[in-house]
Amino acid sequence: MYNEEVINEFQNLQNVGFIENHNAYGKIGNAACGDIMEMTMYINPETEIIEQVAFRTFGCAAAQATSSRATTLVKGKTVQEALELTNKAVVDSLGGLPAQKIHCSVLAEEAIKACIENYLDRKAGKVSNENEKPKMV
Amino acid sequence: MERIYLDHGATTGVAKEVLEKMMPYFSEVFGNGSSQHFFGREALEAIDNARESIAKNLNCRSTEIYFVSGGSEADNMAIKGYALAHKDKGNHIITSKIEHPAVLETCRKLEKYGFEVTYLDVDKEGFVSPKDFEAAIKDTTILASIMMVNNEIGAIEPIKELAAIAKAHGVVFHTDAVQAVGNIPVDVKDLGVDMLSLSAHKFYGPKGVGVLYKKNGVKIQRFLDGGEQERNLRASTLNTPGIVGCAAALDLAIAHMEENNKKTQEVRDYFVKRVQELIPNIYYNGPKDPSKRIPGNSDFSFIGIEGEGILFHLDLHGIAVSSGSACSSGSLDPSHVLLAIGIPMAVAHGSIRFSFGKENTIEQAEYTVKVLEQTVKQLRAMSPIYEELLEELKKNV
Repeated sequence: MYNEEVINEFQNLQNVGFIENHNAYGKIGNAACGDIMEMTMYINPETEIIEQVAFRTFGCAAAQATSSRATTLVKGKTVQEALELTNKAVVDSLGGLPAQKIHCSVLAEEAIKACIENYLDRKAGKVSNENEKPKMV
Repeated sequence: MERIYLDHGATTGVAKEVLEKMMPYFSEVFGNGSSQHFFGREALEAIDNARESIAKNLNCRSTEIYFVSGGSEADNMAIKGYALAHKDKGNHIITSKIEHPAVLETCRKLEKYGFEVTYLDVDKEGFVSPKDFEAAIKDTTILASIMMVNNEIGAIEPIKELAAIAKAHGVVFHTDAVQAVGNIPVDVKDLGVDMLSLSAHKFYGPKGVGVLYKKNGVKIQRFLDGGEQERNLRASTLNTPGIVGCAAALDLAIAHMEENNKKTQEVRDYFVKRVQELIPNIYYNGPKDPSKRIPGNSDFSFIGIEGEGILFHLDLHGIAVSSGSACSSGSLDPSHVLLAIGIPMAVAHGSIRFSFGKENTIEQAEYTVKVLEQTVKQLRAMSPIYEELLEELKKNV
């Protein structure tokens, strides 16, 4: 059901983890639905370039592969560029996903958006700058 | 890489001895069992022999055996066939919440046709309570369908007791025995059931063939309209090689049941013990008493991770298993069976069935445990909810 590119990504996940000194945090999904993605980023406040990005995912192989691919697609990009990333771009970059797995890629797009919104809210002073603590090592 | 098959609940490979017996019925003895000439008579003889043999193995008459395309069809034929033929007598059907979709969806369809269906709860190990069953029977109840063995958690239901209760109340009793036949002794007389479904590919027979046992005198509506095959209840040219294979596989399974079960259960019990030793924060789903579950079945939920992720990690290591997660089915809800036995939704997503067969070894079980231990560690390390979920579950205990 998965193509080789997806299986390869799943076997070699990129940017797994949690950035302690992050200034952007996003968590999307619902455990009851079986999909949760958490993303942390360090965005350079001067250049607004995403210098570091990491994810942790509770989800199926497609959820893991799309979150991994999404992080590689936004790393080194500006906040504005990252906001333009669509789930379709993630899916295309993986050479396609089975129809019933497309919703996983939506989650990846949403996690990035949530993360950047959190950064922008922090910048605007709308939310606290205190970092989320990783809940496990 | 060695490939290890731990998905015998899904299907099994056709045994060599079985395949050999089937082979002549593809190209040599190819006649239509309904034809009157030599070619047809030859095919019919093979079908008759298969019918006799299956009847003997199930302890019924050969006229009570109906060949169908598999377990799902047998369930549909029994439940729809009986309900529609007796709708003037009553419109109430009793089943359980943990049935296979072949039964559940059939019952849901009948609800659309005006039938009323009671879906019985099960206890924490997956057992239907005979007391609940009896209490659910009312004047309008015409039919009950309770599976003999659950396909996910392997629970062996108290069919004999349930069938006796049904009989005492004049309710016809069907059991989906797809996971039972070939794995544990099944004697329709001793069980006291009126109808029973089985499927050949679950016991090293071919796919695409199954049997509905229907006690003589139990009336059902014709299921497939067309020719007069199967005593005018199921049209369609008889699948001679499949039927021959079904009978041969059942014969073989029953002849070696004791030794196969002893070996399979030893490997399964070893696996279960090792998983419980090595991996923390798991649920062992289903009956804890090994005598109350079929010998090859085991099912675990791993807190904090999702089943399909586990499945593909094992797959990449050559190990084939099934997952009870939503993501494996395309629906959003995890296994209805696990939810019915009270596994929390988020935990049910992280469930894997390991179903062992006669060819599995202790070495394979040990290798699987080791790969599984690593996989669970790795996936928990990248789970954003593992610790949260653990705390939440502890609070609720």
